[in-house]
Amino acid sequence: MSTPVPDALLRFESVGVSLEEGRDLLIGVDAVVHGGRITVVAGPSGAGKSTLLRLGDRLEVPTSGRVLFRGVDVAMLDPCRLRRSVGMVFQRPVLFPGTVAENLRVADPAATEARLIAELGRVGLGAEFLDRVGDDLSGGEAQRVCIARTLLTGPEVLLMDEPTSALDPWSRQSIEDLVRVLAAEGLGIMWVTHDHAQMERLADHRVVLRGGRRLPAAEAEQYLREAIGEDQP
Amino acid sequence: MSATSIGWTGLAASFVLIIVAVVLSVWQRLDLSRSIAWASLRAAVQLLLVGWALHLVLDPGASVLWAWAWVVVMVVFAGMTLRRRAPEVPGILWLGTGAMAIVILVSLAVIFGFGIFPVEGRTIVPLAGMMIGNSMTSCVLVGRRIVGEFADRRPEIEARLALGVPWPDAARPHTRAALRTALIPQIETTKAVGLVFLPGAMTGLVLAGVDAVDAVTIQLALMYLILGSVATSVTVIGLGLTRQLFTADHRLRRLDRQAS
Repeated sequence: MSTPVPDALLRFESVGVSLEEGRDLLIGVDAVVHGGRITVVAGPSGAGKSTLLRLGDRLEVPTSGRVLFRGVDVAMLDPCRLRRSVGMVFQRPVLFPGTVAENLRVADPAATEARLIAELGRVGLGAEFLDRVGDDLSGGEAQRVCIARTLLTGPEVLLMDEPTSALDPWSRQSIEDLVRVLAAEGLGIMWVTHDHAQMERLADHRVVLRGGRRLPAAEAEQYLREAIGEDQP
Repeated sequence: MSATSIGWTGLAASFVLIIVAVVLSVWQRLDLSRSIAWASLRAAVQLLLVGWALHLVLDPGASVLWAWAWVVVMVVFAGMTLRRRAPEVPGILWLGTGAMAIVILVSLAVIFGFGIFPVEGRTIVPLAGMMIGNSMTSCVLVGRRIVGEFADRRPEIEARLALGVPWPDAARPHTRAALRTALIPQIETTKAVGLVFLPGAMTGLVLAGVDAVDAVTIQLALMYLILGSVATSVTVIGLGLTRQLFTADHRLRRLDRQAS
């Protein structure tokens, strides 16, 4: 078993997930998320990308292997505290009933209005959004609110599950830019995508999954070359 | 024949209405004739058996312990019935049995503690039966509703969990919605009583020749007890089931969406 490097915020060590009916979602996958870096996880549908991500904040638990946060097995940590350090942004923005301010206060009930405005500013939204309700927001705006809500918990790692797959190209680009800024601020990012060109644009580290297994580097390169070739018109 | 005893002839005469129902079913091709006949026959057999057993339990010379034993059997059967009616709800057998036991304990403690009715076999058995019977539908409703709501709202619940919100807080809005849905029909029934329909106990008392005002006060007390029982059982099942749908490490379990 390798010793965690100092800047490895999140480390997946030979993790496997098997369902009760015997189907394997993940088999012996290793992956690392470093502070200030973007680890992009790609692969075809059903490869186990989202399952891997969900192991990071313990929305799923591995049936084999382990996940370490700052060198400590997440099974030993209080899940609620872990999830405030390892935030999750989902594929479809989920806004709770109520205003944007009320949504943000789910993450931090004691947050002042100034703090809420600051977090909205961090994701490129103005203070006027505080009183808007979820139904009035575009997909891109809603996803930004969800990111701001997650940032309010003060995470060190952001797990992002295809956060731009339901967005228009402009929103996708602006969220990619935002994530680069967040990584530059020191956050560790794990970003799941099925868009191979996006992987090329964002990745500091690449993890390619197929059939629940991580492809070795050479196979991953070949897979990506072929996939990008297929993606292009 | 009197208001308190219709005899076998009266019972047979009332069967004419079942024949009416069967004729209507045949006429409209509802394909329900067998079901109507079977339901009537089954009800007759069940109630005659119950009447015979009640006759033994309610005998003035019988020990009140027989009545309590009867209540225990009713509670167990209620749990089994709930499992049969809502098999998709995990742990419904134990939750249902527990909820019914709590309902009986709380309600009978109030009834007998305040001396509303005397502690006798003829009060224990029918009162317990009435509370269990009225609670059953609401319990099935809340169980199904919670499983359905939590399966449908998984993204919202997991979004809260992912923010570090503990499971009771993440579940609360959804549990609350399910509890409201299950309780509202009973509240509406309580509101409509007397205006839209005359409830069974009061009708029975009036038919038996009891003064209308006395019948009303007894019926009101029963309505309050039933509303309290339904609220208690629904809350016990709702909160117990919610707890069961989460793991100790604040994860929402996988759910099969079979609820209606």
